[in-house]
Amino acid sequence: MIPLRQIAFARSGDKGASANVAVFARSPAAYAWLRDHLTATAVEEYFRPLGVGTVTRFEVPNLEALNFLLPAILAGGGSRSLRIDAQGKTLGMALLEMPVDAPAKFFSRS
Amino acid sequence: MIRIANASGFWGDQPDAAARLVAQQPDLDFLTLDYLAEVSLSIMAIMRAKDPTAAYARDFVEVLRSLVPFYQAGGKTKIVTNAGGLDPPACARACAEVLRATNLAHLRLATVTGDDVLPALRADPAAFANLETAAPLSSVAPRLVTANAYLGAGPIAEALHAGADIVITGRVADPSLTVGPCRAHFGWGETDYDRLAGATVAGHLIECGTQACGGFSTDWLDLPDNHDIGFPVVEISADGSCVVTKPAGTGGAVTVPTVKEQLLYEIGNPGNYLSPDVTVSFLTLHVDQFSENRVRVSGATGRAPTGAYKVSATYRDGYKAHGLLTIFGNDAVKKARYAGEGILRRLAARGCVYRETLIECLGTGASVRGLASRMSDTHLVETVLRVSVAADTKEPVERFTREIAPLVTCGPQGVTGYATGRPKILPIFGYWPCLIDRAAVRPTMALLPP
Repeated sequence: MIPLRQIAFARSGDKGASANVAVFARSPAAYAWLRDHLTATAVEEYFRPLGVGTVTRFEVPNLEALNFLLPAILAGGGSRSLRIDAQGKTLGMALLEMPVDAPAKFFSRS
Repeated sequence: MIRIANASGFWGDQPDAAARLVAQQPDLDFLTLDYLAEVSLSIMAIMRAKDPTAAYARDFVEVLRSLVPFYQAGGKTKIVTNAGGLDPPACARACAEVLRATNLAHLRLATVTGDDVLPALRADPAAFANLETAAPLSSVAPRLVTANAYLGAGPIAEALHAGADIVITGRVADPSLTVGPCRAHFGWGETDYDRLAGATVAGHLIECGTQACGGFSTDWLDLPDNHDIGFPVVEISADGSCVVTKPAGTGGAVTVPTVKEQLLYEIGNPGNYLSPDVTVSFLTLHVDQFSENRVRVSGATGRAPTGAYKVSATYRDGYKAHGLLTIFGNDAVKKARYAGEGILRRLAARGCVYRETLIECLGTGASVRGLASRMSDTHLVETVLRVSVAADTKEPVERFTREIAPLVTCGPQGVTGYATGRPKILPIFGYWPCLIDRAAVRPTMALLPP
């Protein structure tokens, strides 16, 4: 198992009480692997401790990216949430720590 | 080709960005400055309650003052900004004063108003269900503070056509600050959807300041000169495609990864990005690096926008406060948790009731509590205890703010970091996104007399 960050980079941001995390493959082969393995279900399971709702995944093949919508993950978000990270700034970094069973040949950075 | 830079990604961004941009790159056609996040207008509403003339981003007036030497030397860069907040005319009057006092009265100011739809929401709450939850507005209607429609590029283009040098808006869609100048410059019509889509993508790319140039990026640590990342510049062509770049000599980098990250920042469905000007698909975009710090973004496709404007409404929803203390020593995390729980127990014993409380021990992965359970926190010799409360009324929150510093004497040995005074009591604003029919909104441009 390797952390996702070895084959991808990411960016998270907020939308009201929801957030999105975009995951970008570091190589075309890594994109093919992510498309098959980094499912909405896997991401939803990973973020469950933060109270996420049903995750939607959008494929963005032209950017070799997957965009995940994470409803209700910010405990109210904006000015309401009491959390240190009310705006989902850390979620991209958090997802990149996910252990994935990706083959070693994808390790190289683009 | 038109060159547009962004000099402010949010209310509170680097105050000297605009002056530095025009010094680094005097041939910019436009500066755009964004001040309005989702709940910024509610903060302005609070400011207005204390001072009726203060319902806009005063920081912008200082930015304009910082540009005086540039304009006195003949600088031509025009400005489009949503610094007007709840009161664009007041912002424009303050700017006019700066221009008059510095012999720059030939620069023409214009305002864009009409985004305030609070009366419409108050008059018919049943018509404005929450976009995220579908809940009816009636439950919070009496507590509404602001309601503003995201206007489009049309009135901005109109102001520029009329001869404005500085356009001050209230709430407009962030990318429209860029689309407006493009429409004025290229003469695009309302239905040039692919071109409008390209300019919308360009505007989206620069709306968050340095984020397009490596700010907030995954690989930030590897960027050159990341202490001084350049603000972004887009060179937009007549076909709507653009080159993203930054002024020479600035830090950071414009690369395919930095641009891709910003493309999907705060995006929902990339095939269906809604703006008041055009509905954009990001699925046809090409992102290509063709020289150092120059990335071409092309291929955007657009279709007709929806028949409604998005509205960002806010309502009063109680108060909160956060207290922080540093705990050092063996068992730091355990001590911090006991200390935090102790504060809440003392307050409960004194009859304080909160609708929500939270104890976080920073340094233990608290930002994503539960996910970071693999990280052991028992070995930490230091943690920052952060205790938060929220209540419907101010009193219990005020009482809470007096219970943080006493931990220095009644808590474990090794409590420090208490010298910043009592925590601030913060108003909570609920966010209420909804839609309003375009016919119910009247975007209005006004050119101020010279």
